[in-house]
Amino acid sequence: MLDGFSAETLARVQFAFTMSFHIIFPAFSIGLASFLAVTNALWLWTKDETYQVLFNYWKKIFAVAFGMGVVSGIVMSYQFGTNWSVFSDKAGPVVGPLMAYEVLSAFFLEAGFLGIMLFGLKRVGPGLHMFATAMVAFGTLLSATWILSVNSWMQTPAGYGMNDVGQYIPLDWWKIILNPSFPYRLVHMVLAAFLTTALVVGGVGAWHLLKDHTGPASRRMFSMAMWMLLLVTPLQIAAGDFHGLNTLEHQPVKVMAMEGHFESHPDGAPLILFGIPNQAEKRMDYSVEVPKLSSLILKHDLNAPLAGLDTVADENEPPVAIVFFSFRVMVGLGFAMLGLGLWGGIARWRGKLYQAPMLHRLSVIMGPAGFVAVLAGWITTEVGRQPFTIYGLLRTSDSLAPVSAPAVGASLISFIIIYFFVFGAGIFYIMKLMSKRPRVGSVGELTDAPTRAATAKPIINGSSTPSTTA
Amino acid sequence: MFGLELSFIWAGIIALSVLIYVILDGFDLGVGLLFPLSKDESERDVMMNSVAPIWDGNETWLVLGGGGLLAVFPLAYATVLPALYMPIILMLLGLIFRGVAFEYRWRTTRWKPLWDVSFFGGSLVAAMCQGIALGALVQGIHIENRTYAGGWWDWLTPFTILTGAALTVGYAMLGATWLNMKLQGRIQAHMRRLAWPFAVATVVFMGVFSLWSPFQNVEYFNRWFAFPTAIFSFLVPALVAAAVFGLFQGLRRHWDIIPFLCAEALFVLGFIGIGISFYPFIVPSSLTIAEAAAPDSSLMFTLVGTLVLLPMILIYTAYTYWVFRGKIDPEDGYH
Repeated sequence: MLDGFSAETLARVQFAFTMSFHIIFPAFSIGLASFLAVTNALWLWTKDETYQVLFNYWKKIFAVAFGMGVVSGIVMSYQFGTNWSVFSDKAGPVVGPLMAYEVLSAFFLEAGFLGIMLFGLKRVGPGLHMFATAMVAFGTLLSATWILSVNSWMQTPAGYGMNDVGQYIPLDWWKIILNPSFPYRLVHMVLAAFLTTALVVGGVGAWHLLKDHTGPASRRMFSMAMWMLLLVTPLQIAAGDFHGLNTLEHQPVKVMAMEGHFESHPDGAPLILFGIPNQAEKRMDYSVEVPKLSSLILKHDLNAPLAGLDTVADENEPPVAIVFFSFRVMVGLGFAMLGLGLWGGIARWRGKLYQAPMLHRLSVIMGPAGFVAVLAGWITTEVGRQPFTIYGLLRTSDSLAPVSAPAVGASLISFIIIYFFVFGAGIFYIMKLMSKRPRVGSVGELTDAPTRAATAKPIINGSSTPSTTA
Repeated sequence: MFGLELSFIWAGIIALSVLIYVILDGFDLGVGLLFPLSKDESERDVMMNSVAPIWDGNETWLVLGGGGLLAVFPLAYATVLPALYMPIILMLLGLIFRGVAFEYRWRTTRWKPLWDVSFFGGSLVAAMCQGIALGALVQGIHIENRTYAGGWWDWLTPFTILTGAALTVGYAMLGATWLNMKLQGRIQAHMRRLAWPFAVATVVFMGVFSLWSPFQNVEYFNRWFAFPTAIFSFLVPALVAAAVFGLFQGLRRHWDIIPFLCAEALFVLGFIGIGISFYPFIVPSSLTIAEAAAPDSSLMFTLVGTLVLLPMILIYTAYTYWVFRGKIDPEDGYH
């Protein structure tokens, strides 16, 4: 079925597939963990029961998403070895310690306190439960920090040397961790995770508001999400701009592909809004351009010269079309999020936030937009640094394990079938949880599990807890 | 550092992580293995709830094993994983099926049996593959020029099938003794009865493994019959005998905790035995600990943080176990 593909191609597809599936869950759980910590803290602080309803409602969704993130993440930690062993051998001394720190400082923290956060309120009381919830949120952010440091080092390597067996060895750990693109990538990704979660929470709130605009929990989650979008989307667009300038400095070829600049422009490069990259003929077909705008954005000068792909050897170019289109998808969705946030702000200002069906419908449609934008952004940056795994140093084709195409092909097919089945089911269960209306009195209840069917009462303090009867 | 080679300190830390993984995730994989032997759905609910708050932390030790190996022994990571390509991939897929079952089971009535099967099947495949991987390592892995140079099916031999079956049965024993400790009443009695055959089978497998593995590699043979390590040849079996005695005695007298601790002690002793056989190799016959080690700057940088973080992890992991100590209330759980 996959005859004719090289082991390298199959291994790349496998990595892209498993990674893309995996990133969906952390992108959601990073934001959701912080949202849970905030709602739990607000509940303890204000004693407003609505926050507690929100916490319990999203807690279950978090548990499913987090579980999927864990199991799809274990795959990643071994796939470096099974499929990319030469990379592992060469880069292990530099990236391995950072990943070890991720496990030690973040994964254990999340996993250790998750049990208490999900199951332990009655056993430890509200104070320690809050602490556990905060630790889970902190763990997700720490995890993002380490893994983005690793990824950034592979994009903009620094602080390394090489030993006599051809391994990259660490010379200056500060330069490795705080490599040139790391701060930008970290901010951009964490904000993306927050926005992704805000869109989901807003979409779910809007869905329930469309059915009943009086529900206090639906109102609260929609309102919180709209504040988040209004405040964070402009920050994210600014962060993305800084990230782009950083990429121009350190990975100019990636920016050429993003912009679709096949030719150099000595006096002002146009911004190509749309077109169809034709890499074989080295030109942009059917392009719609705004003269000199690209130079203005990237160099803050209308007439600044910008080099194009004609200055790059063919074997060092990334696949332009993928990068060009995925970048546009991400940016387009970013501005759509800004629009949604502004609309929400105006509706709130007019006092119509909860009685605006069109706004709510758009919010529902935009619910998954964060995931698409995150994937598009990662495709841009990962495909854009091809054909290298460590930018400018180690080629993807030189990173591969001595695996045979049938072995990689067989495991790829297994991953595809199993991921669609297993994670498809998980996403279905998450949607099912989301379709239930959040309300006071539904705490801890799960109507579709007969042994746990509940006469649940809301938790007033740590001593009174949901009682379930079989 | 203090006259000790960094790489040897690290070999110790990695070995400790793998051991902690085996003794912790071993019993929760074991709970999955026992699923088909349960009497009804309510038994399965309680069995799963006994590990629900902790399985995630247990599995993190496996991630540390992978991530840690990449950090400090990248060459071992880069050669062992391609050598064990298929068992590793199958193990990961197995872990996916069992891991998601923890949540999915509670989200559906119609498909609940499906996720029961997935919890069992995933645990079975993961346990078998881990045992096979262990056996394949004991057999030895062929490395040339810093890459794996063996065949794709080298990991599949009668010996690795034995180790796969042995680890699976051993995990089932851990699971049964864990449940004997955590449950009460009718289910506890059921689990205690189940512990018997798995415990007997585990002891038999340990015996067969101990007699067979010295013939896999002449180095193991020499190590077990040469001074000073020959001391362990007497000590380890004596301790094994003590643990077996405690285990059976505990089961006979209906003790809660002793059978579980003795079952875990069997794993620790088996692990020490394998460690003695391996030393000073990290990949038997091919790579020594020193050869596989990353440069000192990587080892040192990672060690500093590990010495701070690992004790903290052990403390809050212990705290979590403490919070969820005691018998399981069948009515409890957030579901």
